Amino acid sequence: MTAFVPSNIFAILPEILLLTLALLVLILDPFWKEASRHLNLGWLTAGGLLLTLAVSLVLARPSAPALVFGGMLRYDWLGFAFKMFFLFSAAITSLFMMDVERLGRRAEAYMLLLAATLGMSLMASAADLVMLYLAIETTSIPLYILAGFLTGDEKSTESGFKYLLFGALTSTVMLYGFSLIYGFSGKTGLYELAASFPTFSLLALGVLFMVLIGLAFKVSLFPFHFWAPDVYEGAPTPVAGFLSTASKAAGFAVILRLFMVVFPSISTDWSLILAILATLTMTVGNLIALAQKNIKRMLAYSSIAHAGYAMIGVVAFSQLGAASAVFYLIAYILTNLAAFGIVAAVGRVTGSDDLKAYYGLSRRAPTLALMMMVAFLSLAGMPPFGGFVAKVFVFAAAVEQGWVWLAVVGVLNSIIGLYYYMIVLKYVYLYRMENEDEEKHPIPISRPYAIALTILSIGIILVGVLFGPWFGLASSSAANLF
Amino acid sequence: MQFPILSVIVFTPMVAALLILLINSERKTEIRVTALAAATLALLLSLWVYFTYDKVAAGYQLIEKYNWMPMLGISLYFGVDGISAPLVLLTGVVMFTGVLISWGIEDRPREFFAFLFILASGVFGVFVSLDLFMLFFFYEIAVFPMYLLIAIWGWIKTREYAAMKLTLYLFIGSVVSLVGALAMYWQSGLRTFDMLALEQAAFSPAFQNLWFPFVFFGFAVLGGIFPFHNWSPDGHVAAPTAVSMFHAGVLMKLGAFAALRVGIMLLPEGAKTWGGLIMALALVNIVYGAFIAMVQTDFKYIIGFSSVSHMGLVMMGFSTMTKLGLTGAGMQMFSHGVMTALFFAAVGMVYDRAHTRDIPKLGGMAKPLPLVAVAFIIGGLVSMGMPGFSGFVAEFPIFMGIWQVKPLVAIIAAISIVVTAAYIMLAVRRVFFGSMPAEFEGHIGTITVYDKVALVLLCVIMIGLGLFPSVMVPWVQTGVQHILSLLGGA
Repeated sequence: MTAFVPSNIFAILPEILLLTLALLVLILDPFWKEASRHLNLGWLTAGGLLLTLAVSLVLARPSAPALVFGGMLRYDWLGFAFKMFFLFSAAITSLFMMDVERLGRRAEAYMLLLAATLGMSLMASAADLVMLYLAIETTSIPLYILAGFLTGDEKSTESGFKYLLFGALTSTVMLYGFSLIYGFSGKTGLYELAASFPTFSLLALGVLFMVLIGLAFKVSLFPFHFWAPDVYEGAPTPVAGFLSTASKAAGFAVILRLFMVVFPSISTDWSLILAILATLTMTVGNLIALAQKNIKRMLAYSSIAHAGYAMIGVVAFSQLGAASAVFYLIAYILTNLAAFGIVAAVGRVTGSDDLKAYYGLSRRAPTLALMMMVAFLSLAGMPPFGGFVAKVFVFAAAVEQGWVWLAVVGVLNSIIGLYYYMIVLKYVYLYRMENEDEEKHPIPISRPYAIALTILSIGIILVGVLFGPWFGLASSSAANLF
Repeated sequence: MQFPILSVIVFTPMVAALLILLINSERKTEIRVTALAAATLALLLSLWVYFTYDKVAAGYQLIEKYNWMPMLGISLYFGVDGISAPLVLLTGVVMFTGVLISWGIEDRPREFFAFLFILASGVFGVFVSLDLFMLFFFYEIAVFPMYLLIAIWGWIKTREYAAMKLTLYLFIGSVVSLVGALAMYWQSGLRTFDMLALEQAAFSPAFQNLWFPFVFFGFAVLGGIFPFHNWSPDGHVAAPTAVSMFHAGVLMKLGAFAALRVGIMLLPEGAKTWGGLIMALALVNIVYGAFIAMVQTDFKYIIGFSSVSHMGLVMMGFSTMTKLGLTGAGMQMFSHGVMTALFFAAVGMVYDRAHTRDIPKLGGMAKPLPLVAVAFIIGGLVSMGMPGFSGFVAEFPIFMGIWQVKPLVAIIAAISIVVTAAYIMLAVRRVFFGSMPAEFEGHIGTITVYDKVALVLLCVIMIGLGLFPSVMVPWVQTGVQHILSLLGGA
């Protein structure tokens, strides 16, 4: 019995529950009637995920950070907090998926969603290169399939295939980087590796660059961002929402851990590289978003820009910086999920993702329009919504460490952002539909959408107003890194 | 424990907005009554705040402090001083009269009042915040509803353009200030956003000189300082009446106030260095604004540019950094707020009945709308700075203050008084007197009792303040005394 340490089980409790849930979905699926299948599947997945979230919060909170399972995983607040974010976003996504044609009735879709979530959970706590790579692939492969899930739809197929090609390419480069790290140091444990790179070396920088390529793809950092618009546009909307939030957050969890733990010795170098990438990411994302006519493409470019803002927190390379990046991700996950949820709800009825479909939305669906305003203003960084506080914190972290120019770039970018978000709100509130009679047709919102969007809207306001506890959570995750 | 009056006043409009949103949009009367009730309450509360302020004790009073995020030193920290107490009262007055004037809005009144009240909450919040973070928080809350109010209910020809321009200008200004504020936060080493602590932080002169322009001009954009005033007349004109009142009456004060509180009071050395530039720009505001107002043919643009000119006087008062100048500026913020609210109310009433603001097409409006004409003339007298009206109490000290510092500037600025008199009198003659164009005969309806109450209230305040300056000047002076002590003078 000496080999068995109970706390080790708690370290992977969310993963165990996720796996159980995934199997349960597959086992129960054949027993359900076609008519109610999507309801059963969706509620089971969402309910199961929320239950997992609750159980993990009660039982599996980490105490002192520890390496478990032979150094494969680290049981700490950073990993745990991110796991909770993933569980939450997956639950919301499964609510959004229920009513989507050709997606909501297929048990495989939910199973893939759960598998991807499982992979992300492991990404967040992986403390070994091998584990990390496996976790990343466990996340990516289900997501490739989900993006191309609508097999009869050319765009969705293109989306899945594109995602697969770019994903495979960048992850190969990253794997090559990992193999070099192992070749030169003979170790794979992240927490042992730092000793192998005690001072600046070109080798360390080169390796870091290769690894960065794989992770930059995950979080859609310039110049590895160009897949995002095509993939988001073609993928089923709830999946696009999941890709732009949970998947991106998982990438950030790895970046935070890897850069702060393995390469602190060359932090001045990678900070500068990341600062330049963040600048380009924000600017390119925002400028191209200006020209978009399709709301999913616009949100894709906007989510590229948001990766840039969150990156500012990483660049700051301080406890506050890491905390502010985590806080930014909390606000961003809530907000972007809400934005994609609204797009899914509208797209389901109007059958279009064109910005024109949003003309006069406030007259057809006042509540949906109000939620859209909440989400978009939060993206733009207006109080009392989460986006404002999150932006202030990352800028504050940047100024603290002397990155004033980066904060100024961020600030200027948020103005461009405000402009295109407001244009959408203008269509929603100000414009009339071309055929004004159509305005009398309300947009029905099904119950799962209503529940999910209400939770998200309240969450956005809560994070924006009572930011203390959330920042406390972000801080304690960041504290584990230092 | 004392009654948390300032929190109540900040959150009253917010709660009212939520309540209004819960009412069925078809029940317009109930919506209006709720709005009026909330506005009355806010007015009473603001009167209470104003009169409980102890001007002998001076300093910051009615203080409330709740830790919001101790980790970063953010707290919900409210308090008023002699400068902000009158502005709180001003907000109460404009909110009350604004609701009265908007009684007739038929298109989605529920959303209109809700957005207007969210705006009001933001405004109250900025005036009473003693925490820098919270000041920004409320500042941004005040900016955005403006976009919707103008874009949805504004003048159809320019509303989209004007609303977008206004929001972007103000947002740019505020985020630029934000960077400056963050720099102050870290530089001070106190890890607090408490402005009273930051006042004592004693930043190095080099730091102050570097960051002062960011902070001051960022906020001064909302105060309409040249060359960033361009959004303001367009915004005024495009906005519906009540929003113009709010906008020119209160919102521009928000910019001036924040520029004073965060710029001059926290970075006094920087203010001394950059004072000359502020004075020069303010001079351009005053004179150029007045001349541009003179050549306008749109009734509302006249008032819009007159606001630019008068806000220039506020900035000019700041730039003197003397007791007289600052007191005048504090008075001018209140006086101009009331006056311009009255102007826009009067213009709106004429426009609603004549359906044009083109001055050559108007005339003889005094006969069907006598009260509007009287009110507009009183506003005009205030605007010219006639003794016996609040404008005199405000502008005279400003000019004296400038004279003490730079006599030449005072002389140039004084040109504006003549020009102001000219454009006001021209407007009065062409709009209210002369012969009425034939198409208006018999078509100009009377104004409602709500309109009358609003106009009379605004006029009474201006005359009352002109005759009894002692109901406000001592308040402002206590605030000025504190600013002077920060500036290092007596």
